[in-house]
Amino acid sequence: MATKTFAGKIIEINEEGYLVNASEWTPDVAKEIAAEEGIELTDLHFRVLDFIRDKAGSGVALTIRSIGNSGIIDIKQFYQLFPGGPLKKASRIAGIKKPSSCV
Amino acid sequence: MKKILILGGGTAGTIMVNKLRKALEREEWEITIVDQHRTHYYQPGFLFIPFDIYTRHDVVKPKGDFFPAGVNVVYAAIDRIEADRNRVHLEGGTFLQYDFLIIATGTQTRPDQTPGLKDALWYKEIFDFYTIEGAVALRDFFRKWEGGRLVMNIADLPYKCPVAPLEFIFLADAYFTKKGMRDKVDITYVTPLPGAFTKPVATRMLSELLQEKNIHIVPEFYLERIDNENKKLISYDEQEVPFDVLAIVPLNMGSDMIARSGLGDDLNYVLTDKHTLRSEKYENIFVLGDAANLPTSKAGSVAHFSAEILFENLMSAIEGRPLLAKFDGHANCYIETGFGKGSLIDFNYETEPLPGTFPLPGVGPFGLLKNTKMNHYGKVLFRWIYWHILLKGKELPVEAEMTMAGKKLWKF
Ligand SMILES: Cc1cc2nc3c(=O)[nH]c(=O)nc-3n(C[C@H](O)[C@H](O)[C@H](O)COP(=O)(O)OP(=O)(O)OC[C@H]3O[C@@H](n4cnc5c(N)ncnc54)[C@H](O)[C@@H]3O)c2cc1C
Repeated sequence: MATKTFAGKIIEINEEGYLVNASEWTPDVAKEIAAEEGIELTDLHFRVLDFIRDKAGSGVALTIRSIGNSGIIDIKQFYQLFPGGPLKKASRIAGIKKPSSCV
Repeated sequence: MKKILILGGGTAGTIMVNKLRKALEREEWEITIVDQHRTHYYQPGFLFIPFDIYTRHDVVKPKGDFFPAGVNVVYAAIDRIEADRNRVHLEGGTFLQYDFLIIATGTQTRPDQTPGLKDALWYKEIFDFYTIEGAVALRDFFRKWEGGRLVMNIADLPYKCPVAPLEFIFLADAYFTKKGMRDKVDITYVTPLPGAFTKPVATRMLSELLQEKNIHIVPEFYLERIDNENKKLISYDEQEVPFDVLAIVPLNMGSDMIARSGLGDDLNYVLTDKHTLRSEKYENIFVLGDAANLPTSKAGSVAHFSAEILFENLMSAIEGRPLLAKFDGHANCYIETGFGKGSLIDFNYETEPLPGTFPLPGVGPFGLLKNTKMNHYGKVLFRWIYWHILLKGKELPVEAEMTMAGKKLWKF
């Protein structure tokens, strides 16, 4: 496994750049990962990230639709906050695993 | 008398009612099955109707023909499950009491959930083939169509039989080739997935087939709405795809009854333990088939494989023993690829579809992830097996648990 320094901490990441341990996540780590994605995080971003981290912890599959039903933002805003593959980007910034769509 | 109640008499419910009636004493156990419709549809057959390969007659039979003697059959819409009181309310105000409940209400297409879908062009230039009505309307359209842009879109995930839309475009390619008008038809596959399929090895094989057949793919397209006036698909991030005729898999959702019962997720799929197949909330409720939120395909083959596991665990629950049988997510799908050929994939929760032979290692007769005539016959045979063996809950010569024998591990 590779490691990378985010916000002064050495953090383990997988080959696609996702955090290996969700527990190593901090808001500052999120800001730096977001910067790599070209995103500057606002309060609204953080509310969505919190929702995603909660949902991931509960073991229920995370979907774009579930974020649209979160009461925080609708799907259109989700695409605006995390342009180009919002679920993958938001998951990476939230420090959780890449969502796997099961077929 | 103790009571088992089965909700839904489709593929999963029918398999289960047959298994249970055989295993349980009639004097001891009363079994009841409820469904709102009297007709059983062989849904895999819908795929062939638009191309004049199957007719309506090939895919419908009365549900009653497949229920065993000695069970109560109730034709009524289910309103909600009141799990705290072990009872199920039917529309019209009556209710049924149970000791054990099996939910098998499947998943339905919901075109009403996408703006502009069930609108001016619905069943005129926009069709689904996941219902008998849509499949027949599309057949009538194709018979007269003179060509243009054919777009196949998947509105959202998950949807049942994940390979069906790919099979649809392979069959469309063959159909228009045989009609001598393939050069007048432009075929595009528009999907929310990052490629033709989710898993790497199968995606590679399927992408090659798409290329070979000159079918374009637009990945990572998440449908927001349909512009009927300009005949365009529009995604949440403002991508547009124009069409002359659109075949679509609308959003799939579990029954609204599940939401009213407080047992489901955002899409009304019942929260289910993926190994034991028991409800996560109630010890006397089990879930079979498309109705469950399992992280595997929603497919008839999954209903079949998991039925054996559910059966064992239900027997254990009845006798108060721990639930030892564990479902591994085993799915097995034939993929029609057109021109009398087919492919086959076999996978579970942990292992992606791999090449090899099935079910006998090294022998087959079916080739995994290979495009062969034999696999096509497998699919053709499947209809006979479905009506005569599968629904009756009889054993097939294939294990419920997936096996690695005969598979080749690929490394990149
Ligand atoms: C085009 C197409 C192609 C397919 N191809 C394949 C294939 O090649 N291989 C494969 O394995 N699978 C295939 N499938 C999938 C397969 O048909 C389904 O996965 C399977 O039928 C699921 O069984 P089920 O019992 O869970 O749901 P269903 O068979 O859909 O049954 C659900 C039943 O519940 C009833 N119901 C629902 N809600 C209520 C309510 N509120 N009140 C009363 N009754 C209710 C419905 O009327 C229905 O009879 C295909 C499906 C489609 C649409």
